[in-house]
Amino acid sequence: MSAIAGIKPQAASVPQRKFGRAPAFAAALIAGILLAFNASGYHLFQYAQVLIYMIALIGLNLLTGFNGSISLGHGAFFAIGGYGAAILMAHLGVAWWLTLPIMAFICFGAGFGFGMPALRLEGLYLALATFALAITMPGILNYKHFDAYTGGTSGLQVDKPKVPLHLPLNQDQWLFLCCLAAAMLMLFIAQNLVASRVGRAMVALRDHPIAAQTMGVNSAMVKATCFGVAALYAGVAGALDAALVGFVAPDSYSVFLSLSLLVGMVVGGLGSLWGMLAGAIFIEFVPNLADSFSDMFGESAKALPWAVYGVFLIAILLLAPHGIAGAVQRVVAFVRGLMAKASPNLTPELPAISAGNQPAEQNHRTTQGS
Amino acid sequence: MISRRELLATGAAATVATGATLPALAANAPGVTATEIRIGQTMPYSGPASAYGIIGRTEAAYFKMLNAKGGINGRKINLISLDDGYSPPKAVEDIRRLVEQEKVAFIFQSLGTPSNAAIMKYLNNAKIPQLFVATGAAIFSDPKHFPWTMGFNPNYQAEAAIYAKHILANNPKAKIGVLYQNDDFGQDYLVGLKSVLTGDKASMITKTVSYEVSEPTVESQIVTLQGAGVDVMLFAATPKFGAQAVHKSFAVGFKGVRYLSNVSAAFPILKAAGLDAAKGLLTAAYVKDTSDPALAKDAGYMEWAAFCGKYMDKNAVVDGNAAYGYAAAQTMAQVLKQCGNDLSRANILKQAQSLKDFTCATLLPGITLNTSATNYSPIRALQIQDFDGAHWKSVGGLIHS
Amino acid sequence: MTAFLNQCFSGLAMGGIFAILALSLVMIFQATALLNFAQGEMAMASTYLAWQLIQHGVPYWLAFVLTVILSFAAGVLIERLIIRRFASAPVLTVVIVFIALVFIIDSMVGWIFGYQLQEFPSPFPEHNWFNNPLVSSHQSGILLVTLVVMSVVWAFFRFTTLGLAMRAAAQNPASSRLVGIKVGWMLALGWGLAAAIGAIAGMMAAPIVYLDPSMMSSLLLYGFAGAVLGGINNPWGAVLGGLLVGVSVNLVGAYLVGTQLQLAVALTMIIGILLVRPSGLFGHTIVTRV
Repeated sequence: MSAIAGIKPQAASVPQRKFGRAPAFAAALIAGILLAFNASGYHLFQYAQVLIYMIALIGLNLLTGFNGSISLGHGAFFAIGGYGAAILMAHLGVAWWLTLPIMAFICFGAGFGFGMPALRLEGLYLALATFALAITMPGILNYKHFDAYTGGTSGLQVDKPKVPLHLPLNQDQWLFLCCLAAAMLMLFIAQNLVASRVGRAMVALRDHPIAAQTMGVNSAMVKATCFGVAALYAGVAGALDAALVGFVAPDSYSVFLSLSLLVGMVVGGLGSLWGMLAGAIFIEFVPNLADSFSDMFGESAKALPWAVYGVFLIAILLLAPHGIAGAVQRVVAFVRGLMAKASPNLTPELPAISAGNQPAEQNHRTTQGS
Repeated sequence: MISRRELLATGAAATVATGATLPALAANAPGVTATEIRIGQTMPYSGPASAYGIIGRTEAAYFKMLNAKGGINGRKINLISLDDGYSPPKAVEDIRRLVEQEKVAFIFQSLGTPSNAAIMKYLNNAKIPQLFVATGAAIFSDPKHFPWTMGFNPNYQAEAAIYAKHILANNPKAKIGVLYQNDDFGQDYLVGLKSVLTGDKASMITKTVSYEVSEPTVESQIVTLQGAGVDVMLFAATPKFGAQAVHKSFAVGFKGVRYLSNVSAAFPILKAAGLDAAKGLLTAAYVKDTSDPALAKDAGYMEWAAFCGKYMDKNAVVDGNAAYGYAAAQTMAQVLKQCGNDLSRANILKQAQSLKDFTCATLLPGITLNTSATNYSPIRALQIQDFDGAHWKSVGGLIHS
Repeated sequence: MTAFLNQCFSGLAMGGIFAILALSLVMIFQATALLNFAQGEMAMASTYLAWQLIQHGVPYWLAFVLTVILSFAAGVLIERLIIRRFASAPVLTVVIVFIALVFIIDSMVGWIFGYQLQEFPSPFPEHNWFNNPLVSSHQSGILLVTLVVMSVVWAFFRFTTLGLAMRAAAQNPASSRLVGIKVGWMLALGWGLAAAIGAIAGMMAAPIVYLDPSMMSSLLLYGFAGAVLGGINNPWGAVLGGLLVGVSVNLVGAYLVGTQLQLAVALTMIIGILLVRPSGLFGHTIVTRV
């Protein structure tokens, strides 16, 4: 279809290793620390939520942007992470930070286990399978024979983590900084994964599945591993979220969460890891923005924010069809072009063989079915 | 500046969260000025429970009416009602915004079991009243563990217990089939039934079937109940599924007695199910059936209709949820009136604990609200009603639980 | 036994709704190779339109026809005004646009009509046909309507030039353009047809599930499942898939695992079938060249 016409080098994804990633990380950390000591508790709560979404989005992007598989059910693994962590904390007294690696491990297993059979499906069928997972998850969490552990629909209360070692921080600052550290670490891991042998196999499978298999890439294994890694990220995000919110319930993980994650990934930019920060900011703050925007329509407009949100969403995708990262890259390329014209010595870096080059084509192809 | 936030945020602090710089006693709560009282609330204006959004709108309209009349003790009421989409994490975020940004004095009528459960701990730690929560789950009437959280609705277990007593009195050999929503709401009815039907009576419940809110219909479940040969059906269902159950049980020719949970018993819902199909239903009510023309001369109804005419749209008159919201807002106004000039959080809670035989315009005659330091369930009596094909008619006297 | 038959027939009736919905999904898929998430919400909005017309005293069948026509126009408009602008965007971007449409339609309808449950009339007589004890006339009516819609769709694609042009545009846009087919309008037409069929699904479902802004959200997944099970590129398959899903969900819930996990189990079964027959029960495999 027309999607083929849309392939342009957008949202390049392989980190530019030569040009050093340290400055970006350092800038993010400094910005985060500055925020931690200047923002109010409520805002820190929101920012922490942004970072948690970012972690989940990075995982989803590894799966979709780099491996070309669609998941409409990422919220389900977020839920497993959240519930798992809550159960560990509430029933088994496990320290909250310990739940992160445990849930990472468990969710990897869950994702791998689900991915192994499901990834034999492609495109639409995979979309259905994962969508079904997202829809049935609240029902499973609510399953009456699990009530003793899950607390049924009234959910589970969790004690929010306390600030350790008498650090001069309050609880919100501490949680925010923990989320910041986790997000940066998970981002760093993702960047390295993408640049590794496995990462190249992932991308190869996305772009030329048959060619990749001919070259000896074990398709089923790599795809399922990738699904597992995506689930791992969602699980870590979910576990952090349970600690931050201090509460889990089936209604926390409705299908809306999965859709929001999908929205965040696409708005952020398919195939761009830093773009996930933009995507996370979008899904955390734009609904609130829409809310205050629709307040202008008066009292009866209580239900209207989501219409406004929908319009915002369409508008931003019109402006940036390849997500915010894609748009930023276009601007950067444009500026570099100008600079190159001004001083011919500077050759603009080509975003050429980047991993995010052809998500459009691949997704299109898989959507057509096998 | 951090110290204050810290207190609010950690909530672990034992000191009153009204601000470290103010003396702890006798100080008014944040959000209270000489001219205004700020109140916060979360409501599902969007999402799966948006049908209840009208409760928040009615309450806002009620306070608007009060303000037009001069407010309470000279103060205007400013209800800040935020949409949580029935999502607990969103409710937590909203509540933090209300408490920390908007500086509300307390939380009133936040709706939904999961949302209230999510914010209960935070509010209790910070000693902020969470008053008259809009859910009938029993966990919100537990003054021993959550002294700052108070219920409003008669709880679902008590309602179910009343049905069970009614069944025992009228049909002691009944074979009961239960359709329940598979969440706290529905499960509370089962618990309530079983609390009365104990011992050899327990076997009276011959078949229970559940449904998930994500399903399109409960037709299959009703067929199953009918197939199990029950002669009493109890539908512990929310409106859409309640209407389907009423319709389908009629369509498959069920001849026995049917009980319908009162959240689904509002007239517009029965109209959707078909008035013929709804004939003979029983429910335990506390809100007036405001669609009943027999009420035309009732003082409470006239007050309600006049209010709707001026502050709501015309369809709200017959909406049971709106009538419910009116009653809750009236109760809240009464508590604030009792507070007089001492609007500290402690006194607001104390006055909420001190309702004596308060009556609301939209609640059934005889329904009075009473609270104390140990009784956090304001409404304890219910009225069995029978649907005659056009309106609900009370049968017998009030039943106290 | 009666209970069993009752379960089957009530499943068949719901299956009829899933089938029409599946059919509308297949329509859009055939025209654009995309699955429209907003299909359910569009159908819901159409049903509200019909309801409003009936409230104003328009006779049922006239309201029915008007709604179908207006929904067709709305479908065409959505394609021309919004979807078209994303013609060159990645597929997932278009999926997000569908999600945005879901939010917009749902929110607008709630704002205009409120969230209260509304009754929606059935055009079929109240008493069961031939006094049979099993199937209500609305249930059999749904099946009848499904078959009629199915036949019309099939005849349209099989016997009309326009149908042929649509198929051509979907399968080979470049060549179609060369022989003078306005490919862009064919896409819009596909959207219009899908919206019209969706409207019928909504009007058939509303007497059973009642009318409220969330009425289609629970149905869409089943329609989706029906379409995929039957074969997303085969209209007959979609109808059979929808009916199969309807019956199997009821039977699984009533006799196998209880209603709590019926959705999960039914979906697992469907996915299991897809693992064996990846193109659906009645779909044909698309062979791609490397």
